[in-house]
Amino acid sequence: MASVTNPSTVSTGSPTGKALREATFTAVMTFLMFALFIGLKTDQNMRNELILVPRWGMLAILVVLAFVGRFAMVAWLQPWRAASKAAKAEAPTVDEEAGFVKRNFSKLAILALVLYPPIILALFGAQGSLKYIDNFGIQILIYVMLAWGLNIVVGLAGLLDLGYVAFYAVGAYSYALLSINFGFSFWILLPLAGILSAFWGIILGFPVLRLKGDYLAIVTLAFGEIIRLVLINWQDVTKGTFGISGIPKITLFGIPFDASPNGFAKIFHLAPSSAYYKVFLFYLILLLCLLTAFVTIRLRRLPIGRAWEALREDEIACRSLGINTVTTKLTAFAIGAMFGGFAGSFFAARQGFVSPESFVFLESAVILSIVVLGGMGSLTGIAIAAIAMVGGTELLREMDFLKAVFGPDFTPELYRMLIFGLAMITMMLVRPRGFVGSREPTAFLFERKNVSGSFTKEGHG
Amino acid sequence: MSAVASTMNNDAILKVEHLSMRFGGLMAINDLSFEVRRGEITALIGPNGAGKTTVFNCITGFYKPTMGMICMQQKGGKSFYLERMADFEVTRDAKVARTFQNIRLFSGLTLLENLLVAQHNALMKASGYTVLGLLGFKSYKDASKEATEKARYWLEKASLIDRADDPAGDLPYGAQRRLEIARAMCTGPELLCLDEPAAGLNPRESQELNKLLRSIRADNGTSLLLIEHDMSVVMEISDHVVVLEYGQKISDGDPAHVKNDPRVIAAYLGVDDEEVETVLTEVEEGAH
Repeated sequence: MASVTNPSTVSTGSPTGKALREATFTAVMTFLMFALFIGLKTDQNMRNELILVPRWGMLAILVVLAFVGRFAMVAWLQPWRAASKAAKAEAPTVDEEAGFVKRNFSKLAILALVLYPPIILALFGAQGSLKYIDNFGIQILIYVMLAWGLNIVVGLAGLLDLGYVAFYAVGAYSYALLSINFGFSFWILLPLAGILSAFWGIILGFPVLRLKGDYLAIVTLAFGEIIRLVLINWQDVTKGTFGISGIPKITLFGIPFDASPNGFAKIFHLAPSSAYYKVFLFYLILLLCLLTAFVTIRLRRLPIGRAWEALREDEIACRSLGINTVTTKLTAFAIGAMFGGFAGSFFAARQGFVSPESFVFLESAVILSIVVLGGMGSLTGIAIAAIAMVGGTELLREMDFLKAVFGPDFTPELYRMLIFGLAMITMMLVRPRGFVGSREPTAFLFERKNVSGSFTKEGHG
Repeated sequence: MSAVASTMNNDAILKVEHLSMRFGGLMAINDLSFEVRRGEITALIGPNGAGKTTVFNCITGFYKPTMGMICMQQKGGKSFYLERMADFEVTRDAKVARTFQNIRLFSGLTLLENLLVAQHNALMKASGYTVLGLLGFKSYKDASKEATEKARYWLEKASLIDRADDPAGDLPYGAQRRLEIARAMCTGPELLCLDEPAAGLNPRESQELNKLLRSIRADNGTSLLLIEHDMSVVMEISDHVVVLEYGQKISDGDPAHVKNDPRVIAAYLGVDDEEVETVLTEVEEGAH
């Protein structure tokens, strides 16, 4: 409707007067256009006669909407956009001094995570906080850890792995089976699960060394499915689709979290509650995440990490520089898988129950989308993506008020995949390199300058 | 020609003997023998499709030759049969580095990082195969500092030092060529193989390249083997030229000798086989 306005009138009068004029004009146009379409409706009465049903109310709503919309657009939105455009044009070269928050982002984020459980406990009490610490906190952190582990394989080494959930499963089942059958504690089984997963990572790595791109993706996908099918069909050991239940809880240096006389609550003279265990789990997974981040950051500055990134950029050039690409790829698979195994054993201990249901391809896809959405190689971006994707899913469960709008049968979490898809497409259009598209160099001579995403490659093998 | 080769036998760094490479029905290299002498710049020239790059790929382990032997003689007296080694071992153990005809840089890594990746094996050892480095041992920090200094030396030499922290993909073409050479030199090679280093360079960049190659030979004692189409580069910097045509050696000697070799002229000007005889006599008459 903007084209209808005569350009000569634009310069005259105050903005409000101009807005009023344009809004009135728009309202009149709307009335004329919709008077017959909306204002009158043809219908049949009892005697099958065609009658006209007037809908003046609806017409009035439309006209008012058009008036208000046009008024807001001309009076506020247009000047604001022009002003922000002018401000941008005026000061294009001003060096943005990174703010306090930006400079210390990771430290602040860790501090916020450490303070999260006490704040939630204070706000919602022991019982009310369970949902926030367990569903939001622990759930998201597990995915952060998984995505950071996969990031080593996909983001750094550029090897597209669609079967990452297999290593998660290996870790979970290692903990479940070994703790039930042999009674080992979590603290022994955590590294053991990591080692077993790394071992399976190498087993997967060997046959796929010669494959690149799509072929590699398909074989890793198949590997993920093989592990799941073995878990379903090897019933003597894994109990098949029934899963393994009654997996022992984690103890804090031998102190169990239960209501027994030597349990955590009794020893510290606290009111018995399951919240302590959840808080403990929260800090445990937070520690595991920080370990993953620390190792990843260190590895990037070591020759092996640089070789991974070089491998992503150009494998042939790597070989011409005397780098053994076979061992380089295998270490990427093994270390990525190891973190998957850690996360898996934690998952089994937290749930107390594992079944093949938890390790379907969709999980791999979700983890991979978190890595891609976050920006391949960037730990911060991936953490933000994990919060958005997993937290978003949990948030959908909370949206009970939507039932009031769409009726009682409406379950928002069923729309999860639809929203995922939309979000991914939007991201690919707006920021094709993910939330954090630039790459931080691992070494510098004079000045640390981030490398723009347009130079880095995604890898093809 | 054969006399020259025999007197220089003792200081050959690379000996290629009876090398053949067959791709299906195509004999890309046919019974090729030549030598690269220590401390010299040797050029491998020939018309398009003569098999120059195939020779390179055989030397650097990217192809396994059908027949023949490639022997690398190191300064310390160790010798390696390159045709038996994997491509990365050729660089790591035999100390033969290479560049590519179509530049292969790590475009998303900075210049400095490119040169650090080239020092992978030395750094890997210093970091205790990642374990000690992960624990923050001092030995790795020292080695890392040393590697950065080496990278700085090569960046200065290739006059790329101002752009050390920029991504390699951001460099202009000529600078990318120099960076690729600097990166190959960071592996500490005794023989550097360059596949068309002057391709696509303007005359000024070409001059800079010549200077860099000469200083690599003079200051670092590295022998060079290069494939080149640009005759001005070949004639100006090379000590020894080997000419290939259809996978066979047609001439071998110093640049002046090769330039006047009638078979070379025939190969480059595209004379029929029967006419070679006439060209031969013409050249001989001209010489007398």
